[in-house]
Amino acid sequence: MHIVVCIKQVPDSAQIRVHPVTNTIMRQGVPAIVNPYDLFALEEALRLKDKFGGRVTVLCMGPPQAEDSLRKCVSFGADDAILVTDRAFAGADTLATSYALASAVKQIGKEQAVDMVFTGKQTVDGDTAQVGPGIAKRLGLQLLTYVSRIVEVDLEGRSITIERRAEGGVQVLKTALPCLITMLENTNTMRFASMPAMIHAARTQVRKWNKDQAGIEDVEKIGLKGSPTVVSKVFGPTPRNEKAEMLLVEESSLRDVSLNLIQRLFTRHPIIEQELLERQSA
Amino acid sequence: RKTELPEHLKAYKGVWVFLEHDRGHVHQVSWELLGSARKLADTLGAEVAGVLMGGPDEPLAQYAQEAFGYGADLCYVVHDPVLKGYRNEPFTKGLTDLVNRFQPEIMLLGATTMGRDLAGSVATTLQTGLTADCTELNIDPVSRALAATRPTFGGSLLCTIMTLAYRPQMATVRPRVMSMPKKEATRSGRIVEVEIGFEESSIVTKLLDFIPDASSNKINLAYADIIVSGGKGMKNADNFQLIWNLARVLGAEVGASRPVVQAGWVEAERQVGQTGKTVRPKLYIACGISGAIQHRVGMESADAIVAINNDPNAPIFDFAHYGIVGNAMTVLPALTEAFRSHLAVRSRAGAAAA
Ligand SMILES: Cc1cc2nc3c(=O)[nH]c(=O)nc-3n(C[C@H](O)[C@H](O)[C@H](O)COP(=O)(O)OP(=O)(O)OC[C@H]3O[C@@H](n4cnc5c(N)ncnc54)[C@H](O)[C@@H]3O)c2cc1C
Ligand SMILES: Cc1cc2nc3c(=O)[nH]c(=O)nc-3n(C[C@H](O)[C@H](O)[C@H](O)COP(=O)(O)OP(=O)(O)OC[C@H]3O[C@@H](n4cnc5c(N)ncnc54)[C@H](O)[C@@H]3O)c2cc1C
Repeated sequence: MHIVVCIKQVPDSAQIRVHPVTNTIMRQGVPAIVNPYDLFALEEALRLKDKFGGRVTVLCMGPPQAEDSLRKCVSFGADDAILVTDRAFAGADTLATSYALASAVKQIGKEQAVDMVFTGKQTVDGDTAQVGPGIAKRLGLQLLTYVSRIVEVDLEGRSITIERRAEGGVQVLKTALPCLITMLENTNTMRFASMPAMIHAARTQVRKWNKDQAGIEDVEKIGLKGSPTVVSKVFGPTPRNEKAEMLLVEESSLRDVSLNLIQRLFTRHPIIEQELLERQSA
Repeated sequence: RKTELPEHLKAYKGVWVFLEHDRGHVHQVSWELLGSARKLADTLGAEVAGVLMGGPDEPLAQYAQEAFGYGADLCYVVHDPVLKGYRNEPFTKGLTDLVNRFQPEIMLLGATTMGRDLAGSVATTLQTGLTADCTELNIDPVSRALAATRPTFGGSLLCTIMTLAYRPQMATVRPRVMSMPKKEATRSGRIVEVEIGFEESSIVTKLLDFIPDASSNKINLAYADIIVSGGKGMKNADNFQLIWNLARVLGAEVGASRPVVQAGWVEAERQVGQTGKTVRPKLYIACGISGAIQHRVGMESADAIVAINNDPNAPIFDFAHYGIVGNAMTVLPALTEAFRSHLAVRSRAGAAAA
């Protein structure tokens, strides 16, 4: 079985700060990490490899530094790592990103046919959840999003049964390989990388593909040029102009503070009190 | 790059909402979107259309009547056996066909597991722009294009995105972000029945089963009117019981910040914020929550926000309406008791007056 896992390198968003005056992102000193959601996809792919044998290839589109994230994935157990990197990809929105990644998957498939493509549910920076469906449509793969469990894979019969999170329940779907799965978070626990695996990863050659090596057929479809969405404005949120009405516990009894709050709240929002009373009588 | 709308796309007119329904009811986000679509269409002088796709026995005409009440002028209705129960392939084909035939300029979908699955597929098939998780939708006065605003980097910044040279302009919006429009039961509209003509045999993916969430599991945080939420300031799972106690007295849902979910004190479905639920209750009581931007974006449109925090400088007080500075472990029992007695007294007074 040959599985391609798409991973994105993202800034560790817990550490991102916005410049209060210029409203620009202060990236300096913010470490880059593998998009946390993608690790659930990688782990699931590695489990399938453990069970059925085969290979896991990790694929990333990004700047040359994204090599580090791919190495990290190799230390967890991926067999091969490919970084699609070219200035021509800069400024890509999700339509252009999925075109570039789909082209690269096709190239990978020329070396060894691909049975499954995995992506994370979404990223923590762009956060659109659109790239997975985009790759699937471009490659004509069956699309399975928000997968919470892989129930069964029948390699001989070329079929797969999965559970996917839907509104108000879980759908059980059966489809044919090849397919694309976007894996839901917290559905598995990422394995640890062993010391030898880390050493191996450090020595691994990440293959770097420019746009030609990635098999891009139409340069009009990549980067800024291939992106229908235009960012027209970036701005900070409007602060609320009135501060909270503050009640200090030190200044009166807990009971008085509580009654005071209830009185102010219900005077300003009589509808809340009304609904609470209706519920009580019902 | 292209920013001029090509001549052949200028014919695209009207604002569409994909009306999401499953097992007998329409998702409320669809009505919320009709409210937004109405405003956009009025600015453009265009019509609002709902799209309803489903099985032969599903009450799509009845859903269409409801859609008219919420602001739709017409509904495209597609009945087909292959559209019973959501599957990506037939819905993508169906919606793509409708777009190509009837040519809307804007299409909105809920950012649900169904809406995102479908929107990403349809936008790729149509090769057009799609903006995710928008919090504001306007018409740009200069270009007449859809100006879709979405929070980025967890809400610390907002960006406005437009699709200038492609149609339709697509956007998804999370449940509860847009306010619910008023229903006018007497409003009516046109139904346009459309045949798609799919063969089940041509569709690869089969829906084997649907396992509904156990009812005890149905945490309807997004649509709760009152939410009592606890954060890491509650210190441990035992103290978190105080949140439940207040919630019980108010008939409220319990919410939480992300660290509380990560610590396993409550289920993941209770997380409020960027990576949890967006909520829009009438009353949100935040206890021991600092008010980080990722939490704020999920709850700041509550009508009334009460914050209880022992740090007078906690960021939550910058956007709460009422603040109690004190130890949640002692404030909560007192507040719970005060609500209980106030409501008891008032309902007795009400009963006596009646
Ligand atoms: C703040 C911000 C807002 C944006 N808003 C929009 C928008 O509304 N519409 C739009 O079209 N574009 C938008 N973009 C651009 C978009 O983020 C980029 O196109 C990005 O390359 C991919 O989208 P994503 O990060 O949303 O990925 P998602 O679609 O959320 O990613 C899903 C999965 O796809 C895979 N994946 C994604 N990117 C890569 C990659 N480079 N390499 C390998 N695998 C990958 C990962 O497995 C990931 O888990 C936005 C970008 C930013 C920074
Ligand atoms: C990518 C990303 C996504 C995220 N998504 C979310 C999300 O969806 N939702 C979310 O909530 N967070 C999210 N976060 C985390 C967010 O940044 C904050 O870390 C989190 O909201 C803080 O939770 P908290 O307020 O409960 O805890 P803390 O920040 O630890 O705050 C605890 C508060 O309790 C107060 N306190 C302490 N003791 C008492 C007491 N005895 N009585 C009263 N008050 C007390 C303290 O003064 C403090 O203000 C996300 C972060 C990242 C990086």
